[in-house]
Amino acid sequence: MPPRRGTIDLRTVDFKELSKTLKRALGLVLKNYKIQCIIVVICILGQAACTLTGTFFLRSLIDDYILPLTKSANPDFSPLLMALLRMAAIYAIGIVFSFSFNIIMAYVTQGSMRNIRDEIFAHMETLPIKYFDTHAHGDIMSVYTNDVDTLRQLISQSIPQLISSSVTIILTLTSMIILDLPLTILTLLMIGVMVYVSSRIMTRSAVYFGKQQAMLGKVNGYIEEMMEGQKVVKVFCHEEKNLEGFRELNEDLHEAMEKANTFSNITMPVNANIGNISYVLCAIIGAFLVLSGFSSLTLGTLVSFMNLNRNATQPISQISMQVNSVVMAMAGANRVFKLMDEVSEVDNGYVTLVNANIDESGNITEAEHRTGVWAWKHPHKAEGTITYKKLEGDVVFDDVDFGYVPEKMVLHNIKLYATPGQKIAFVGSTGAGKTTITNLINRFYDIDDGKIRYDGININKIKKDDLRHSLGMVLQDTHLFSGTVMDNIRYGKLDATDEECIAAAKLANAHGFIKRLPEGYNTYLTGDGANLSQGQRQLISIARAAVADPPVLILDEATSSIDTRTEKLVQDGMDSLMKGRTTFVIAHRLSTVKNSDCIMVMENGRIIERGTHDELIEAEGRYYELYTGHKAKA
Amino acid sequence: MEIIKTLVKQVKQYKKVTIITPIFTALEVLMEITIPFIMAEIIDKGIQSGNMGQVVFYGSLMLGAAFLSLFFGVMAGKFAASASTGFAANVRDAIFENVQTFSFSNIDKFSTAGLVTRMTTDITNVQMAFQMCLRIVVRAPLMMICSVVMCILISPSLSMIFFVAMIFLGISLSIIISKATKIFNAVFEKYDALNESVQENVSGIRVVKAYVREKYETSKFHKASDNIYKMFVKAEKILAFNNPVMMLAVYGSMLSLSWLGAKNIVLGDLTTGELTSMFSYVMSILMSLMMVSMIFVMMSMSVASMRRITEVINEKPDIHSPENPVMEVKDGQIDFDHVDFAYKHGSGELVLKDIDLHIKSGETIGVIGGTGSGKSSLVNLISRLYDVDKGSVRVGGVNVKDYDMELLRNEVAVVLQKNVLFSGTILDNLRWGKEDATLEECQKACEAAGASEFIAKFPDGYNTWIEQGGTNVSGGQKQRLCIARALLKHPKILILDDSTSAVDTATDARIRKALKEYIPGTTKIIIAQRVNSVMDADRIVVLDEGRVNGFDTHENLLENNAIYAEIYEAQTSGGGDFDEGGED
Repeated sequence: MPPRRGTIDLRTVDFKELSKTLKRALGLVLKNYKIQCIIVVICILGQAACTLTGTFFLRSLIDDYILPLTKSANPDFSPLLMALLRMAAIYAIGIVFSFSFNIIMAYVTQGSMRNIRDEIFAHMETLPIKYFDTHAHGDIMSVYTNDVDTLRQLISQSIPQLISSSVTIILTLTSMIILDLPLTILTLLMIGVMVYVSSRIMTRSAVYFGKQQAMLGKVNGYIEEMMEGQKVVKVFCHEEKNLEGFRELNEDLHEAMEKANTFSNITMPVNANIGNISYVLCAIIGAFLVLSGFSSLTLGTLVSFMNLNRNATQPISQISMQVNSVVMAMAGANRVFKLMDEVSEVDNGYVTLVNANIDESGNITEAEHRTGVWAWKHPHKAEGTITYKKLEGDVVFDDVDFGYVPEKMVLHNIKLYATPGQKIAFVGSTGAGKTTITNLINRFYDIDDGKIRYDGININKIKKDDLRHSLGMVLQDTHLFSGTVMDNIRYGKLDATDEECIAAAKLANAHGFIKRLPEGYNTYLTGDGANLSQGQRQLISIARAAVADPPVLILDEATSSIDTRTEKLVQDGMDSLMKGRTTFVIAHRLSTVKNSDCIMVMENGRIIERGTHDELIEAEGRYYELYTGHKAKA
Repeated sequence: MEIIKTLVKQVKQYKKVTIITPIFTALEVLMEITIPFIMAEIIDKGIQSGNMGQVVFYGSLMLGAAFLSLFFGVMAGKFAASASTGFAANVRDAIFENVQTFSFSNIDKFSTAGLVTRMTTDITNVQMAFQMCLRIVVRAPLMMICSVVMCILISPSLSMIFFVAMIFLGISLSIIISKATKIFNAVFEKYDALNESVQENVSGIRVVKAYVREKYETSKFHKASDNIYKMFVKAEKILAFNNPVMMLAVYGSMLSLSWLGAKNIVLGDLTTGELTSMFSYVMSILMSLMMVSMIFVMMSMSVASMRRITEVINEKPDIHSPENPVMEVKDGQIDFDHVDFAYKHGSGELVLKDIDLHIKSGETIGVIGGTGSGKSSLVNLISRLYDVDKGSVRVGGVNVKDYDMELLRNEVAVVLQKNVLFSGTILDNLRWGKEDATLEECQKACEAAGASEFIAKFPDGYNTWIEQGGTNVSGGQKQRLCIARALLKHPKILILDDSTSAVDTATDARIRKALKEYIPGTTKIIIAQRVNSVMDADRIVVLDEGRVNGFDTHENLLENNAIYAEIYEAQTSGGGDFDEGGED
């Protein structure tokens, strides 16, 4: 979507808020480009001064230089030549100012854009998962695509133009006041009329632009839905009705657009002609004043005044246009700042993960290099000592309660124990809380009550980065990134060699199909691996987890249908990945469930049954019901 | 040229305003040229000579001109708005209408996102360009011509200055613009890539966080963003020459005009008043030149949009109803006679090879096979969603190409694999199947599709509002609603393309049983990944790499067909699904 064009109802704008936002936006620019900004302002002033000098010179040219020439019998062109050379010098300075302004602005604008983009991205990466849950992805994206762009226009166009227009107006008005006060007041009165009329037009226009935006949203929604479902539309022969519905919306949109555009199109001619009327009134009243002798005004000054009057109109209508775009840019800036002001994920953890060596007697020492053995480094502030604990993958939930929002708990009294190497399966209906449990282990969300311990350490004490490093995750939605297959596997461990990545792919059963891709491991993936099948994407995401080699795994098995053969590959890949690791698996497959050390049957945020497959079948409860499809006895 | 032709056709009922707009613009321009004249007269004849009568006379003349100019300007603005928005509405309508005629293979060609962009951003671009054209295309050349003519009338020799300036400006501007647009085009591509990486991070944030890759992603982003910064600066530095070049042309003309003008005045070839007029013409000539260059930039930017739009408008649907269609489907008998099929006709790889299948009316047929074995392609040929390359498909003994398409698709109901519910109530969605279906009919269909239980649990029952894309119901619920919607058609043939994959085994079985009672005479084709879902069909088709590998009953296939036996073995001995049952 292009940045929204249109106007804003000036009456509804909170100017205090606006100036605060504007200050902050300018602050972002000034932070890195203070000197450049000063030079830019000097350039603007210089250029305005040069242009004005030029205008005055042209006016004096005829009277002061050319007319004397015609009167003398033997004309001396040298004063004229000197004057022209002087002007050429002033023009040249003006050109230099203009050029420097444009060059510096290129750096200031684009540099600020880069800094703002970098800043919001870096900040976005620190935000908690909750933020992404509660904000539409389209809205987040539009901060990058639309809102940052409105800021660019603000910096590169609106503000410089506002400055130069203001300078012109101030200079013109000052000259006017010096020439004649009553006529200045008349001119100001007409300017007042102009501002009033154009703000009225803008307000009307804003109403229709608002309507246009709303209709545009509706039409886009309709188009999106119908294009997405076009095949279904075909199958049900719904084309005619569809078109009918579209035409209705399209007509409404057209109407709103036409009105909105009409109002914005007529702003210019209206302003220009109010300017013309102002000119006529000035001439008539001025001439009357001069001729009737009511004023000390001379005809000569009146002529000069008339010229100034002509010049005053243009910057006014420019300013009114720029004010409008500043207000709109501020709306965009507000959204940018809102993202920047979101609170980052809090991390008070101090237990870190280190490479370790263990000697025969079980003493753990910290190692500089990767040893394959990991330990938790636990500093104790009170005693000033540091203890080490081997990373094993022992996870305990002790009476955990959790809710995404405080009013509604989704997990109640969750208790579970996973000893190293165990496989824990979660089964139950959608919304029972299976995924939520796994998201608590890696602290995507923080629990409300109870405790989660990892190797005996409360996970709140572990630094989030280190905690997550120790956990591998394979999600149902694979989320591959733009890059080669190799890049995507290496995502699990950035310093992995090609050999390590290939070994991981072999472990995950992905090697076979990757080799058959047109460019093997160097095949470039885009759009979440759109050129691969669902099963292949899963195999790569398993390889990605494998290369990270974490002691604890969180798996979310895919429900979507993969054909039996690929499914077998995925299954085997997951099985070999799970070997020897503590695994939490949200299970959909019989084999996974059957092989688990413990099955948790969840319903409505509670664990209602737990045990091995055989035990649960024996019990003939909910699990039995799910497994056999028969109703449970009790 | 082809592109422009296609788009111009869409002007349609707005032809009149499209033509009127430039006329009013021209009148407005005439006023704009006249007014400075009158202004000069007020000064020269009125004020400078102290003649109040002349001031009032020319003043009222100018007032009249101003009101005329206001009127013309407002009308031009109004008509331009009407023409451009009307044109945009027509283009939007044309795209939408044409998409409605698309066959499946036409739809496959364009992505949903691509179609949406065309109907939104692209149309907005074209609309702006259209309006710009209407308003500037007349204004700029007219201004220029008038000014040039006036200049030549005043002094042919002095006009040479303008020609030199114009040539200088024209050449410099076109070099600057062509150089800059090249970089801009490259940088926009990079920009898209940057936005895509943001998108990936937003939607894949869990993976980023799970692997603690925040810093890695941030530095990756910084690098890309810095790269774009450098390219943008490079392009803008070229554009920075724009203003100075313009100023050089204007100031250069002014100065040489002053010098040469002064000489001519002294010689008596020129009056001072004429020199003043020449000054203002310099400005308007060079300004209109700038405007023309702006049009070119606008046009070249919207060319890509125009091309994308015409692509869709000119896309010809490749499946039509025949001229004298058969208007009745006798029964649900289906015959495939040695059918070959490829998604890209002629050149593409064959997806189905030599399919020869004969299905009796009322039979229940299972279809099983791996991904890419051609299951969906096979059934999509029955309701003529695609056309075959070789051989023929017959329904009720008649070639599908001879039927009226709407009739055929109403008699052959397909529940697509990638199915969609639309925003509206459950009842609204069900009535897609039969427009005037009563609540009772809908309830019956839902009963058969196993949907009535969970609908009853919704507080609003059948009036529950379904969000766009059906995001507020679970996958299994969605599938069952889609089945019910198809059932309401009371078709002669019902095709379920993997339509119960998200439903638990028990419910799946219940649905199949209910279907038998609800539409006993209907031929049913069930595609599934689970052997369970097809086991009790009358016969089962085993597809493998586009060929029929076996077509028989469950028992016989188990004995004779290796592929079928393998799938069965894999799924029943612990590799099967443990589905999330009890969704409702």
